[in-house]
Amino acid sequence: MFKKDISTAPKSKLKSSVQRALRQSLLTTYPLLNNYIDEILPKKGSLEAMKLPDRCTLYVLDGQPLFFQNDATPSNTLLPHLKLVHRFPDAFPSIRIDRGAIRFVLSGATLMAPGLTSPGGRLPSGVLTAPPAEGEEGAVKEGLDEDERWTRELEKGEPVVVRAEGKTEACAVGFLVAGTKEVKEKGKGPVIEDAHYLGDGLWRLATD
Amino acid sequence: MADTEQPELPHEPQSRHVTYCGVCTLPPEYCEYGGTVKKCQDWLQKAHPSMYEKIWSAEALEAATASLSVEAQKRAAKDAQKKAAQAEKAEQKQADRMANSVVTIKRVERNKRKYVTAVSGLEAFGLDLKKVAKEFGKKFATGSSVTKVPSGGEEIVVQGDVSDEIEEFLLEKYKDIPEDNIELVDDKKKKASAG
Repeated sequence: MFKKDISTAPKSKLKSSVQRALRQSLLTTYPLLNNYIDEILPKKGSLEAMKLPDRCTLYVLDGQPLFFQNDATPSNTLLPHLKLVHRFPDAFPSIRIDRGAIRFVLSGATLMAPGLTSPGGRLPSGVLTAPPAEGEEGAVKEGLDEDERWTRELEKGEPVVVRAEGKTEACAVGFLVAGTKEVKEKGKGPVIEDAHYLGDGLWRLATD
Repeated sequence: MADTEQPELPHEPQSRHVTYCGVCTLPPEYCEYGGTVKKCQDWLQKAHPSMYEKIWSAEALEAATASLSVEAQKRAAKDAQKKAAQAEKAEQKQADRMANSVVTIKRVERNKRKYVTAVSGLEAFGLDLKKVAKEFGKKFATGSSVTKVPSGGEEIVVQGDVSDEIEEFLLEKYKDIPEDNIELVDDKKKKASAG
Protein backbone atom coordinates (compact mmCIF):
# COMPACT_ATOMS: atom_id res chain seq x y z
CA MET A 1 0.00 0.00 0.00
CA PHE A 2 2.78 2.38 0.91
CA LYS A 3 5.69 1.10 -1.11
CA LYS A 4 6.48 4.56 -2.36
CA ASP A 5 7.55 7.41 -0.16
CA ILE A 6 4.77 9.68 0.95
CA SER A 7 5.25 13.39 1.19
CA THR A 8 3.90 15.13 4.24
CA ALA A 9 0.46 16.62 3.86
CA PRO A 10 -1.08 19.28 6.03
CA LYS A 11 -2.77 18.00 9.13
CA SER A 12 -6.23 19.02 10.17
CA LYS A 13 -7.68 18.91 13.64
CA LEU A 14 -10.59 16.59 14.19
CA LYS A 15 -13.84 17.56 15.79
CA SER A 16 -14.36 16.01 19.16
CA SER A 17 -17.45 14.22 17.90
CA VAL A 18 -15.39 12.60 15.17
CA GLN A 19 -12.82 11.73 17.76
CA ARG A 20 -15.45 10.03 19.88
CA ALA A 21 -16.74 8.08 16.90
CA LEU A 22 -13.24 7.01 16.08
CA ARG A 23 -12.65 5.86 19.59
CA GLN A 24 -15.82 3.83 19.46
CA SER A 25 -14.94 2.13 16.20
CA LEU A 26 -11.48 1.42 17.52
CA LEU A 27 -12.89 -0.38 20.49
CA THR A 28 -15.21 -2.45 18.37
CA THR A 29 -12.44 -3.48 16.03
CA TYR A 30 -9.88 -4.06 18.74
CA PRO A 31 -11.65 -5.01 21.96
CA LEU A 32 -8.29 -5.74 23.53
CA LEU A 33 -7.50 -2.05 23.42
CA ASN A 34 -9.98 -1.41 26.19
CA ASN A 35 -7.26 -1.24 28.83
CA TYR A 36 -5.10 1.08 26.84
CA ILE A 37 -7.55 3.38 25.17
CA ASP A 38 -7.13 6.23 27.61
CA GLU A 39 -3.43 6.18 27.05
CA ILE A 40 -3.67 6.00 23.29
CA LEU A 41 -6.45 8.49 22.93
CA PRO A 42 -6.64 10.72 25.99
CA LYS A 43 -10.02 12.39 26.25
CA LYS A 44 -8.45 15.80 26.12
CA GLY A 45 -5.93 15.15 23.37
CA SER A 46 -6.46 16.83 20.05
CA LEU A 47 -6.31 14.26 17.35
CA GLU A 48 -5.23 15.27 13.90
CA ALA A 49 -5.89 13.66 10.56
CA MET A 50 -3.55 13.60 7.63
CA LYS A 51 -4.71 12.84 4.13
CA LEU A 52 -2.45 10.41 2.34
CA PRO A 53 -2.48 9.36 -1.30
CA ASP A 54 -4.88 6.60 -2.42
CA ARG A 55 -7.60 7.90 -0.16
CA CYS A 56 -5.91 6.93 3.04
CA THR A 57 -6.18 8.85 6.25
CA LEU A 58 -3.62 8.78 9.02
CA TYR A 59 -4.57 9.79 12.54
CA VAL A 60 -1.86 11.55 14.47
CA LEU A 61 -1.76 12.57 18.12
CA ASP A 62 0.95 14.98 19.23
CA GLY A 63 3.11 14.03 16.30
CA GLN A 64 2.73 10.33 17.07
CA PRO A 65 1.09 8.33 14.33
CA LEU A 66 -1.65 6.11 15.73
CA PHE A 67 -3.95 4.65 13.13
CA PHE A 68 -4.60 4.80 9.45
CA GLN A 69 -7.50 3.75 7.32
CA ASN A 70 -8.10 3.28 3.66
CA ASP A 71 -11.35 4.87 2.61
CA ALA A 72 -11.24 3.08 -0.72
CA THR A 73 -11.91 -0.32 0.79
CA PRO A 74 -15.53 -1.04 1.62
CA SER A 75 -14.88 -2.25 5.14
CA ASN A 76 -12.90 0.88 5.95
CA THR A 77 -11.39 -0.67 9.04
CA LEU A 78 -8.75 1.10 11.05
CA LEU A 79 -5.28 -0.37 11.11
CA PRO A 80 -2.73 0.52 13.76
CA HIS A 81 0.49 2.19 12.72
CA LEU A 82 3.46 -0.03 13.49
CA LYS A 83 4.84 2.45 15.99
CA LEU A 84 1.64 2.01 17.96
CA VAL A 85 1.90 -1.74 17.69
CA HIS A 86 5.37 -1.52 19.13
CA ARG A 87 4.03 0.44 22.05
CA PHE A 88 1.16 -1.91 22.75
CA PRO A 89 2.13 -5.28 21.35
CA ASP A 90 -0.44 -7.24 23.34
CA ALA A 91 -3.42 -5.36 22.11
CA PHE A 92 -3.60 -6.73 18.60
CA PRO A 93 -4.07 -10.25 17.30
CA SER A 94 -0.90 -11.47 15.70
CA ILE A 95 0.69 -14.21 13.69
CA ARG A 96 4.35 -14.99 13.31
CA ILE A 97 6.38 -15.63 10.19
CA ASP A 98 9.57 -17.62 9.96
CA ARG A 99 12.94 -16.03 9.52
CA GLY A 100 13.18 -16.72 5.84
CA ALA A 101 10.08 -14.71 5.07
CA ILE A 102 11.14 -11.54 6.85
CA ARG A 103 13.14 -10.05 4.05
CA PHE A 104 10.31 -10.53 1.58
CA VAL A 105 7.77 -8.96 3.86
CA LEU A 106 10.09 -6.05 4.53
CA SER A 107 10.35 -5.38 0.83
CA GLY A 108 6.60 -5.27 0.50
CA ALA A 109 5.78 -8.68 -0.90
CA THR A 110 2.47 -10.39 -0.30
CA LEU A 111 2.75 -12.66 2.69
CA MET A 112 2.35 -16.27 1.57
CA ALA A 113 1.16 -19.22 3.60
CA PRO A 114 4.43 -21.24 3.70
CA GLY A 115 6.04 -18.47 5.74
CA LEU A 116 3.47 -19.22 8.43
CA THR A 117 3.08 -22.98 8.24
CA SER A 118 6.80 -23.76 8.49
CA PRO A 119 8.34 -24.61 11.88
CA GLY A 120 9.37 -21.00 12.47
CA GLY A 121 5.91 -19.62 11.77
CA ARG A 122 3.05 -19.40 14.25
CA LEU A 123 -0.57 -19.56 13.31
CA PRO A 124 -3.33 -19.28 15.89
CA SER A 125 -3.87 -22.43 17.89
CA GLY A 126 -7.63 -22.14 17.83
CA VAL A 127 -7.89 -23.08 21.48
CA LEU A 128 -10.02 -20.29 22.80
CA THR A 129 -10.28 -21.79 26.25
CA ALA A 130 -6.84 -20.67 27.20
CA PRO A 131 -5.74 -21.78 30.63
CA PRO A 132 -6.63 -18.96 32.99
CA ALA A 133 -3.44 -17.15 33.74
CA GLU A 134 -2.73 -17.07 37.42
CA GLY A 135 -3.14 -13.75 39.14
CA GLU A 136 -5.52 -12.49 36.52
CA GLU A 137 -9.26 -12.66 36.34
CA GLY A 138 -10.87 -14.58 33.55
CA ALA A 139 -11.32 -11.43 31.56
CA VAL A 140 -8.47 -12.14 29.21
CA LYS A 141 -9.80 -14.55 26.69
CA GLU A 142 -7.45 -14.23 23.81
CA GLY A 143 -3.79 -13.55 23.73
CA LEU A 144 -0.54 -15.29 23.12
CA ASP A 145 -0.05 -18.70 24.65
CA GLU A 146 3.31 -20.01 25.78
CA ASP A 147 4.12 -21.13 22.25
CA GLU A 148 3.53 -17.58 21.02
CA ARG A 149 0.40 -18.63 19.23
CA TRP A 150 -2.67 -16.43 19.28
CA THR A 151 -5.46 -18.36 20.97
CA ARG A 152 -8.29 -17.44 18.62
CA GLU A 153 -8.61 -18.44 15.00
CA LEU A 154 -8.74 -15.32 12.87
CA GLU A 155 -11.25 -14.76 10.13
CA LYS A 156 -10.74 -13.58 6.61
CA GLY A 157 -10.60 -9.79 6.43
CA GLU A 158 -9.51 -9.34 10.02
CA PRO A 159 -6.68 -6.96 10.76
CA VAL A 160 -3.62 -8.74 12.04
CA VAL A 161 -0.13 -7.89 13.22
CA VAL A 162 2.77 -9.86 11.80
CA ARG A 163 5.63 -10.69 14.11
CA ALA A 164 8.81 -12.44 13.08
CA GLU A 165 10.76 -15.42 14.32
CA GLY A 166 13.54 -14.39 16.67
CA LYS A 167 12.43 -10.76 16.83
CA THR A 168 10.66 -8.91 19.60
CA GLU A 169 9.00 -6.24 17.54
CA ALA A 170 6.30 -6.63 14.95
CA CYS A 171 7.30 -6.19 11.34
CA ALA A 172 4.05 -5.67 9.45
CA VAL A 173 0.33 -5.16 9.82
CA GLY A 174 -2.44 -5.85 7.35
CA PHE A 175 -5.70 -7.59 6.57
CA LEU A 176 -5.98 -11.32 6.15
CA VAL A 177 -7.12 -12.37 2.71
CA ALA A 178 -7.57 -15.89 3.97
CA GLY A 179 -8.77 -17.09 7.35
CA THR A 180 -6.12 -18.69 9.48
CA LYS A 181 -7.95 -21.99 9.47
CA GLU A 182 -7.95 -22.02 5.72
CA VAL A 183 -4.26 -21.21 5.65
CA LYS A 184 -3.54 -24.18 7.83
CA GLU A 185 -5.58 -26.50 5.63
CA LYS A 186 -4.27 -25.30 2.30
CA GLY A 187 -0.73 -24.39 3.21
CA LYS A 188 -0.25 -22.17 0.20
CA GLY A 189 -1.47 -19.01 -1.41
CA PRO A 190 -1.47 -15.40 -0.25
CA VAL A 191 -2.35 -14.58 3.35
CA ILE A 192 -1.84 -10.84 3.66
CA GLU A 193 -1.75 -8.45 0.77
CA ASP A 194 -0.81 -4.79 0.77
CA ALA A 195 0.48 -4.60 4.29
CA HIS A 196 2.05 -1.73 6.12
CA TYR A 197 5.57 -2.92 6.92
CA LEU A 198 8.71 -1.61 8.59
CA GLY A 199 10.55 0.86 6.40
CA ASP A 200 7.75 1.58 3.94
CA GLY A 201 6.52 4.99 2.95
CA LEU A 202 4.11 5.26 5.84
CA TRP A 203 6.79 4.23 8.31
CA ARG A 204 9.18 6.87 7.07
CA LEU A 205 6.54 9.58 6.85
CA ALA A 206 7.40 12.45 9.13
CA THR A 207 4.38 13.26 11.23
CA ASP A 208 5.48 16.17 13.33
CA MET B 1 14.31 -5.77 25.15
CA ALA B 2 16.85 -3.80 27.02
CA ASP B 3 14.89 -0.66 27.52
CA THR B 4 11.39 -1.94 27.77
CA GLU B 5 9.65 -0.07 30.50
CA GLN B 6 7.64 -2.25 32.75
CA PRO B 7 4.16 -1.05 33.57
CA GLU B 8 4.31 0.95 36.75
CA LEU B 9 0.64 1.32 37.47
CA PRO B 10 -1.25 -1.91 37.27
CA HIS B 11 -4.59 -0.36 36.48
CA GLU B 12 -3.38 1.69 33.58
CA PRO B 13 -0.80 -0.06 31.46
CA GLN B 14 1.95 2.17 30.21
CA SER B 15 3.10 2.05 26.68
CA ARG B 16 6.42 0.46 25.91
CA HIS B 17 9.21 2.63 24.74
CA VAL B 18 10.94 1.22 21.71
CA THR B 19 14.30 2.43 20.53
CA TYR B 20 14.66 2.93 16.82
CA CYS B 21 17.86 2.90 14.85
CA GLY B 22 19.15 6.38 14.18
CA VAL B 23 20.32 5.42 10.73
CA CYS B 24 17.59 3.38 9.13
CA THR B 25 14.74 4.16 11.61
CA LEU B 26 13.81 0.49 11.99
CA PRO B 27 13.96 -1.24 15.35
CA PRO B 28 17.63 -2.24 15.66
CA GLU B 29 16.89 -5.93 15.38
CA TYR B 30 15.64 -5.32 11.85
CA CYS B 31 18.67 -3.28 10.80
CA GLU B 32 20.02 -6.23 8.87
CA TYR B 33 17.19 -5.78 6.38
CA GLY B 34 17.57 -2.04 6.02
CA GLY B 35 20.44 -2.04 3.55
CA THR B 36 22.73 0.15 5.65
CA VAL B 37 23.85 -2.59 7.99
CA LYS B 38 27.37 -1.37 8.56
CA LYS B 39 26.30 2.13 9.47
CA CYS B 40 23.52 0.87 11.68
CA GLN B 41 25.97 -1.32 13.55
CA ASP B 42 28.29 1.59 14.16
CA TRP B 43 25.46 3.74 15.33
CA LEU B 44 24.06 1.13 17.68
CA GLN B 45 27.45 0.38 19.14
CA LYS B 46 27.86 4.02 19.99
CA ALA B 47 24.33 4.81 21.11
CA HIS B 48 23.24 1.60 22.81
CA PRO B 49 26.23 -0.65 23.51
CA SER B 50 24.22 -3.16 25.51
CA MET B 51 21.73 -3.59 22.74
CA TYR B 52 24.52 -3.95 20.24
CA GLU B 53 25.96 -6.78 22.25
CA LYS B 54 22.64 -8.52 22.29
CA ILE B 55 21.89 -8.27 18.60
CA TRP B 56 25.23 -8.48 16.90
CA SER B 57 27.15 -10.83 19.17
CA ALA B 58 28.54 -13.97 17.56
CA GLU B 59 26.21 -16.33 19.39
CA ALA B 60 23.16 -14.34 18.45
CA LEU B 61 24.11 -14.35 14.80
CA GLU B 62 24.81 -18.03 14.87
CA ALA B 63 21.52 -18.82 16.48
CA ALA B 64 19.81 -16.69 13.91
CA THR B 65 21.27 -18.41 10.90
CA ALA B 66 21.19 -21.93 12.28
CA SER B 67 17.52 -22.39 11.54
CA LEU B 68 17.94 -21.71 7.84
CA SER B 69 19.13 -24.19 5.28
CA VAL B 70 22.50 -23.52 3.67
CA GLU B 71 20.90 -22.65 0.40
CA ALA B 72 18.50 -20.19 1.98
CA GLN B 73 21.36 -18.64 3.88
CA LYS B 74 23.27 -18.11 0.67
CA ARG B 75 20.29 -16.57 -0.99
CA ALA B 76 19.66 -14.26 1.93
CA ALA B 77 23.29 -13.20 2.00
CA LYS B 78 23.22 -12.46 -1.70
CA ASP B 79 20.07 -10.48 -1.33
CA ALA B 80 21.48 -8.49 1.54
CA GLN B 81 24.59 -7.76 -0.47
CA LYS B 82 22.56 -6.51 -3.37
CA LYS B 83 20.51 -4.31 -1.13
CA ALA B 84 23.57 -2.86 0.53
CA ALA B 85 25.12 -2.12 -2.84
CA GLN B 86 21.96 -0.42 -3.89
CA ALA B 87 21.84 1.72 -0.79
CA GLU B 88 25.47 2.65 -1.24
CA LYS B 89 24.88 3.64 -4.81
CA ALA B 90 21.93 5.80 -3.89
CA GLU B 91 24.00 7.49 -1.23
CA GLN B 92 26.81 8.12 -3.65
CA LYS B 93 24.42 9.63 -6.09
CA GLN B 94 22.99 11.88 -3.44
CA ALA B 95 26.44 13.04 -2.43
CA ASP B 96 27.33 13.71 -6.05
CA ARG B 97 24.23 15.70 -6.56
CA MET B 98 24.96 17.73 -3.49
CA ALA B 99 28.48 18.44 -4.62
CA ASN B 100 27.37 19.54 -8.05
CA SER B 101 24.32 21.60 -7.31
CA VAL B 102 24.54 25.30 -6.73
CA VAL B 103 22.40 27.51 -4.58
CA THR B 104 21.74 30.74 -6.36
CA ILE B 105 20.91 33.85 -4.41
CA LYS B 106 19.61 36.44 -6.77
CA ARG B 107 18.97 40.05 -6.01
CA VAL B 108 16.18 41.27 -8.21
CA GLU B 109 15.35 44.94 -8.58
CA ARG B 110 11.65 45.33 -8.17
CA ASN B 111 11.40 49.08 -8.20
CA LYS B 112 13.96 51.82 -7.83
CA ARG B 113 15.82 51.07 -4.60
CA LYS B 114 13.49 48.23 -3.79
CA TYR B 115 14.66 44.65 -4.10
CA VAL B 116 13.55 41.11 -3.60
CA THR B 117 15.92 38.23 -3.06
CA ALA B 118 15.26 34.98 -4.88
CA VAL B 119 16.92 31.81 -3.63
CA SER B 120 16.88 28.74 -5.82
CA GLY B 121 18.56 25.37 -5.75
CA LEU B 122 17.96 24.59 -2.08
CA GLU B 123 15.87 21.51 -2.79
CA ALA B 124 18.95 19.66 -4.02
CA PHE B 125 20.23 19.65 -0.47
CA GLY B 126 17.18 17.89 0.78
CA LEU B 127 15.61 20.93 2.37
CA ASP B 128 11.94 21.58 2.52
CA LEU B 129 11.47 24.87 0.72
CA LYS B 130 8.35 25.77 2.60
CA LYS B 131 10.04 25.37 5.94
CA VAL B 132 13.15 27.23 4.88
CA ALA B 133 11.01 30.07 3.57
CA LYS B 134 9.37 30.32 6.95
CA GLU B 135 12.78 30.40 8.58
CA PHE B 136 13.88 33.23 6.33
CA GLY B 137 10.78 35.17 7.07
CA LYS B 138 11.33 34.78 10.77
CA LYS B 139 15.00 35.59 10.63
CA PHE B 140 14.73 38.71 8.51
CA ALA B 141 11.29 39.78 9.63
CA THR B 142 10.10 40.11 6.06
CA GLY B 143 7.70 38.41 3.74
CA SER B 144 9.09 35.17 2.38
CA SER B 145 7.35 32.75 0.10
CA VAL B 146 7.83 29.80 -2.17
CA THR B 147 6.97 30.62 -5.77
CA LYS B 148 7.00 28.63 -8.93
CA VAL B 149 9.44 29.70 -11.60
CA PRO B 150 8.45 29.57 -15.28
CA SER B 151 11.16 27.05 -16.08
CA GLY B 152 9.60 24.60 -13.67
CA GLY B 153 10.69 24.07 -10.09
CA GLU B 154 10.35 26.45 -7.22
CA GLU B 155 12.31 29.16 -5.53
CA ILE B 156 12.06 31.16 -2.36
CA VAL B 157 11.40 34.85 -2.72
CA VAL B 158 12.30 37.05 0.24
CA GLN B 159 11.29 40.66 0.31
CA GLY B 160 14.08 43.16 0.63
CA ASP B 161 17.73 42.98 -0.23
CA VAL B 162 19.06 40.36 2.14
CA SER B 163 21.34 38.44 -0.19
CA ASP B 164 24.47 38.70 1.95
CA GLU B 165 22.64 37.86 5.11
CA ILE B 166 21.00 34.88 3.49
CA GLU B 167 24.35 33.53 2.45
CA GLU B 168 25.64 33.81 5.98
CA PHE B 169 22.48 32.35 7.42
CA LEU B 170 22.55 29.39 5.07
CA LEU B 171 26.16 28.62 5.86
CA GLU B 172 25.54 28.79 9.55
CA LYS B 173 22.27 26.94 9.74
CA TYR B 174 22.59 24.28 7.08
CA LYS B 175 26.07 22.86 7.33
CA ASP B 176 25.46 20.54 4.38
CA ILE B 177 25.87 23.36 1.92
CA PRO B 178 29.49 24.08 1.04
CA GLU B 179 30.42 27.72 0.73
CA ASP B 180 31.68 27.34 -2.79
CA ASN B 181 28.29 26.16 -3.93
CA ILE B 182 26.55 29.40 -3.10
CA GLU B 183 26.38 31.90 -5.86
CA LEU B 184 25.34 35.52 -5.56
CA VAL B 185 23.80 37.11 -8.61
CA ASP B 186 22.71 40.68 -9.10
CA ASP B 187 19.85 40.90 -11.50
CA LYS B 188 19.37 44.46 -12.73
CA LYS B 189 16.06 45.31 -14.21
CA LYS B 190 16.73 45.84 -17.87
CA LYS B 191 13.87 48.11 -18.75
CA ALA B 192 14.11 50.26 -15.70
CA SER B 193 13.32 53.34 -17.70
CA ALA B 194 9.89 52.02 -18.59
CA GLY B 195 8.64 52.55 -15.05
